[in-house]
Amino acid sequence: MNGITDMGLCSLIDALDGKKLSATEATRACLDRIKATEDLNNFITVCEDEALKAAAAADARRKSGERGGLLGVPIAVKDNISTRGVKTTCASAFLSDYVPPFDATVVDKLKAAGAVIVGKTNMDEFAMGSTNENSHFSAAHNAADATRVTGGSSGGSANAVAARQVFAALGSDTGGSIRQPASYCGTVGLKPTYSAVSRYGLIAFASSLDQIGPFARTSEDALRVLGTIAGKDSRDSTSTDKLDLPDKLSGKVKGRTFGIADELLSGAASDVKTAFERTVALLEDNGAKIKKVKLGSVDAALAVYYVISSAEAASNLARFDGVKYGRRASGYRDIAELYTLSRTEFFGDEVKRRIMIGNYVLSSGYYDAYYLKASKIRTVIKREFDAALGCCDAILSPTVPTVAPKIGAQVDPAATYLSDVYTVPVNIAGLPAVSVPVGRSADGMPIGVQAIGKAFCDGDLLDTARAIETVTEGCGNA
Amino acid sequence: MLRPTIGCEVHAELKTATKLFCGCKNEFGGQPNTHCCPVCSGFPGTLPMLNRKAVEFAVKAGLALHCEINRFSKWDRKNYFYPDLPKAWQTSQYDLPLCVGGYVEFTLDGEKKRVRLNRIHLEEDAGKLIHDGGVSRVDYNRCGVPLIEIVTEPDMHSAEEVTAFLAELKSVLKYTGVSDVKMQEGSLRCDVNLSVAADGAPLGTRTETKNLNSFRSVARSIAFETRRQIELLESGGTVEQETRRFDDNRGIGYAMRSKEDAHDYRYFPEPDLMPVVFTDDDITAIKNGIPELKDARCARYAALGLPAYDAEVLTADPEVSDLFDNVVGLGADAKKASNFIMSEVLRLAKNGDEIEIKITAAALAEILGMLAADEINNLAAKSLLADVWGSDASPRKTAEEKGLLQSNDAGAIKEVFDAVIAANKKQAEDFLAGNDKLRGYFVGQVMRAAGGKANPKLINALLDEMKGK
Repeated sequence: MNGITDMGLCSLIDALDGKKLSATEATRACLDRIKATEDLNNFITVCEDEALKAAAAADARRKSGERGGLLGVPIAVKDNISTRGVKTTCASAFLSDYVPPFDATVVDKLKAAGAVIVGKTNMDEFAMGSTNENSHFSAAHNAADATRVTGGSSGGSANAVAARQVFAALGSDTGGSIRQPASYCGTVGLKPTYSAVSRYGLIAFASSLDQIGPFARTSEDALRVLGTIAGKDSRDSTSTDKLDLPDKLSGKVKGRTFGIADELLSGAASDVKTAFERTVALLEDNGAKIKKVKLGSVDAALAVYYVISSAEAASNLARFDGVKYGRRASGYRDIAELYTLSRTEFFGDEVKRRIMIGNYVLSSGYYDAYYLKASKIRTVIKREFDAALGCCDAILSPTVPTVAPKIGAQVDPAATYLSDVYTVPVNIAGLPAVSVPVGRSADGMPIGVQAIGKAFCDGDLLDTARAIETVTEGCGNA
Repeated sequence: MLRPTIGCEVHAELKTATKLFCGCKNEFGGQPNTHCCPVCSGFPGTLPMLNRKAVEFAVKAGLALHCEINRFSKWDRKNYFYPDLPKAWQTSQYDLPLCVGGYVEFTLDGEKKRVRLNRIHLEEDAGKLIHDGGVSRVDYNRCGVPLIEIVTEPDMHSAEEVTAFLAELKSVLKYTGVSDVKMQEGSLRCDVNLSVAADGAPLGTRTETKNLNSFRSVARSIAFETRRQIELLESGGTVEQETRRFDDNRGIGYAMRSKEDAHDYRYFPEPDLMPVVFTDDDITAIKNGIPELKDARCARYAALGLPAYDAEVLTADPEVSDLFDNVVGLGADAKKASNFIMSEVLRLAKNGDEIEIKITAAALAEILGMLAADEINNLAAKSLLADVWGSDASPRKTAEEKGLLQSNDAGAIKEVFDAVIAANKKQAEDFLAGNDKLRGYFVGQVMRAAGGKANPKLINALLDEMKGK
């Protein structure tokens, strides 16, 4: 392994500040590692020239005395986050040539903080999927076992961090798309509180659930990235400025109370269950209080999620019609055919499935039975989480019921949807949640634990993540 | 006897400086696709930012139209595919509009008439398609321009009522300063819902004729559709619920789509925008920002001693009323200013359904001042008004250049007068004998001899003097 890329993000910044290393060297090391491990298929676009330019600029800024932020840190960005002048495809044939004329707010912020964007990562098409296999550019391969999936939809970002190709990456999480691949790949993955990070420039899947968040090797590294990208944005009226992030994480366990809900445990595979219970026991041994909490309605969360997210997706993806940006099918005779042929040719099956579900649940005569009912249950789920979090600092659960499955093993879409069963309720409730690696399965695949925090207490949640990292340090196979 | 029942949906573009959800200029015209940005052209990843001014304008309109303002209202997506709608949904308001209820009141044939409003909501306009020889092009300049949709109850029964309603609505919107309400530029458009039934019977099946953009075409489409439905029913047919268009050139309406083909708009709450919430103080502040409206102005004009008719005409359009106020403010006599504006200024200002004032209050006051000081006569004042209309020329200078100033030199006029009398002895005798019809003859003769510039009052005074009055 390459020494430079094995460093954590915070250690890298120390090394850069201590002039032991230049941003150009760090970037070169990442680019080399990406090249050497390109079979993982984590990137849709690698921006070598832009990255080296940005690295040189970061070196110059550091030379002139600038410190802090992410100055000179090589980072990857999921390919549904708009980058000016760099292709942003959403892993879709529809947008395979699309180059945005503007940067997403998070990209603006990364650049301002001096981060070096090395490339755009692979994902499920339009962030719809849990294995990264719904990519027009084919699936990414898990760095822990190339025959297995990375998870999704932010599979490329999670795997790029796990494979030491970058020091951190941005993903987006609508129903688990950061936490689930983080768990499968063995990295820290944070979905911030809804509204904590601007969505401007994130190509929308389900607007009321989407949230951008970081992948990093440690919670401390994730905090650094979150601090850079969070905050109210004058271009996103749903964004807020309510996070109060600490400079450093304490990782203290003593005096903290964690909730466990049976509803977020059912169906877990035995090695996942074992790793989770071991983590809980270690926390308790180190002075944490463990409490049972009740989340009676989360069994409806998956249904609510597929109604609401598909409805919003059907509307959000209607703009891809072959008229403006993206590709246009040939052979049409009128405008209706232009739409039909373009959407038939350039959307993948999963995307079409969601669009059909979405239009169905919104259509006249069905709205009340589906969308309206789902909205009501959403409120109930929110209230249950609020009540449960009223008596603990965070709720703990496995992130995913299983470890990463083999590529090609998932054939039934409805069964694949089940891999999001622990993560989806969090998006419904708009809460922050983080997946932390806590060990490996018998066959060496990473296992994650999810911690769900109170709204806008993302800093405190990362402190919980730090506590989990501390107590599980050195844990082997479950 | 079958008679029509009519309700309208009126769209008025708000004249905010920028669009509803982005910072692009809200301006009519311009080269295609020059007033647009990633947000209003629907680029992936863009999000709307609400223009508070547009909300304020919509509420202002609602208050001026006696609506209740919802303290909590929200945004919804109206989903449909069309190339002029780049996001493939129109951001609109479905179940919680900004304003509910309200009414428009006007006088028609001497009777007061009230048309109730159902609601007013705020939404964004779509772009424009330009069809050209088998090719269609799209212009997104209008995309995202704020629009209020005013929905009436079915309270009208004739084209006259509808046009009177529209004229009054237009006037109120113009008074509140929220819209230009120019039908030919499309900033005011009207959809007409019409059904026919016997008086007192339940309402018949209605059709909707969309996008009428002049009073004339509203009136013609109503006449056409009323006749069509009555003929259909009287010949034993039934009216289909459908959306129709009116072809102004051919003067006929035609069906656009039937009920079966009606869009299912799949409305749902817009997740990218926060709800709009008002406190009572917010509403009061907006109310205080509404300028003086028509009724208040009419009352003020009555107090100035103007007849009710004058007040009605002057206040039909706020630009006219403002002009009157300013001219009087500059010293003109109210009744004289009113007469001159009603007869002369309005004749020049009327352009189709619009009023276009092309003279400043200062220039008009100068003309009226010269008229009052007998420096010009009525005829000269009219011609002077036409001369300076639409230019920034000084009325006095123009009057001098064009020789419109009249002479008040009593001595000079007397000389000319005496010469005319001497040359017309016979007529002078007849005049002195009581033939007063000759007064005009003499005024004309003296005027001609004086090169058209003598003050006719002075000539009349000389005639009176001669008669020994």
